[in-house]
Amino acid sequence: MPAPSFPEAPEGISRRVFLSWLTVGWAGFIGALGAGLTAVGRLFFPNITFEPPQQFKAGFPTEYAVNKVDERFKKKYGVWMVRNERGIYVLSTVCTHLGCTPNWLEAEAKFKCPCHGSGYYATGINFEGPAPRPLERFKISLSPDGQIMVDKTQKYQYEKGQWSDPNAFLEIA
Amino acid sequence: MAKGGFLGSLRESQAWKSIFRHGPPNNTRNRVLVVLMNVFLHLHPIRMKKSGVRMSFTWCMGGITFFLFLVETVTGVLLMFYYRPTADYAYADIIALREHVPIGVMREVHRWGAHAMVISVWLHMFRVFLTGSYKPPREFNWGVGVILLVLTLLLSFTGYLLPWDQLAIWAITVGSNMARATPFLGNEGPGASLINMLMGFDVVHAGSDARFALLAGRLVGEATLLRFYVLHCIFIPLAASVLMAIHFWRVRKDGGISGPL
Repeated sequence: MPAPSFPEAPEGISRRVFLSWLTVGWAGFIGALGAGLTAVGRLFFPNITFEPPQQFKAGFPTEYAVNKVDERFKKKYGVWMVRNERGIYVLSTVCTHLGCTPNWLEAEAKFKCPCHGSGYYATGINFEGPAPRPLERFKISLSPDGQIMVDKTQKYQYEKGQWSDPNAFLEIA
Repeated sequence: MAKGGFLGSLRESQAWKSIFRHGPPNNTRNRVLVVLMNVFLHLHPIRMKKSGVRMSFTWCMGGITFFLFLVETVTGVLLMFYYRPTADYAYADIIALREHVPIGVMREVHRWGAHAMVISVWLHMFRVFLTGSYKPPREFNWGVGVILLVLTLLLSFTGYLLPWDQLAIWAITVGSNMARATPFLGNEGPGASLINMLMGFDVVHAGSDARFALLAGRLVGEATLLRFYVLHCIFIPLAASVLMAIHFWRVRKDGGISGPL
């Protein structure tokens, strides 16, 4: 009985060459897969959102009565414009407890959140309910045409000592 | 007529034999084949310990959870024939289901079934913990179960927005605020300021973080409704179905339902 013969490896491609091409193939596949998945991930970040812009002009300083909380931009932009004796600041309408929108109660001179009862003074400082910190303020400045410019991408937090920043308050002489 | 009357001749027919490729389950071998030859049944063990069917041991909570998932699937598909996930129609369609769609009360079954499923999945986990069924060799299946628990909660969360009333919108506003605190990916999370500092400009901000991807915006809006609808009806149920198949199959592979200690 003849000894079983094993076929020789086909000529032209060695194990070493095969393995290196296999490595290249897998690397290419994994790279392409990664690029594809990254592209799909990008799909979840639309270039345009149909939300009001983060920066907007808020009229002239003279339009705001002294010691009044102005609610004209609450619904559209999510801010209160507050005028005191010295100037104007912009308060965020997002409650610092869990993110609901408080109501301004003129008679009680406070912001009151309907969700869990957090209360804030007109300054934005919290004084009752579960809110852990004051409301945030946004950047306010004067544009060249004399109108107020509000920038919601820049926020100032009281507990970080940022309210003293010149951009957090518009001084009116 | 063949032996055994109508049933007998049915069993002899070519159609029957092409579907069931084994004899009637009147001996051990055929009873094993019944389970092995069926794509659904083969996920289960061929035989199980007496304790495995004792209600006081399993509480049947896993089975009840699966049953509720089927209820949610059927009622959910029926609801999809009427519900439109847009700001203009969503709430009106929910009211329509209650007011003038025949057995639109289906929505209440879907809602209560969802609450029941969240409870039963927790109780199932509690039972598995009490009986020590997470111990070797079942650690992997415990892990799969934890993912299924999270998917159940996400199904509950995404479904909550769909009625598009004040309760829904504010609940999702509050709930999704957690995503702000995602490590590295949320604009208020740990590591976000580090990334922004290293890059030299704001990479992670309210318009580019995990919450933005979830809501398709900085606020809960119509885009959020559509996103949650797709997650609720397609993506999460599909992922849960695949994991459930693995979960049941692994029970068999890990030696069946664990026995009392």
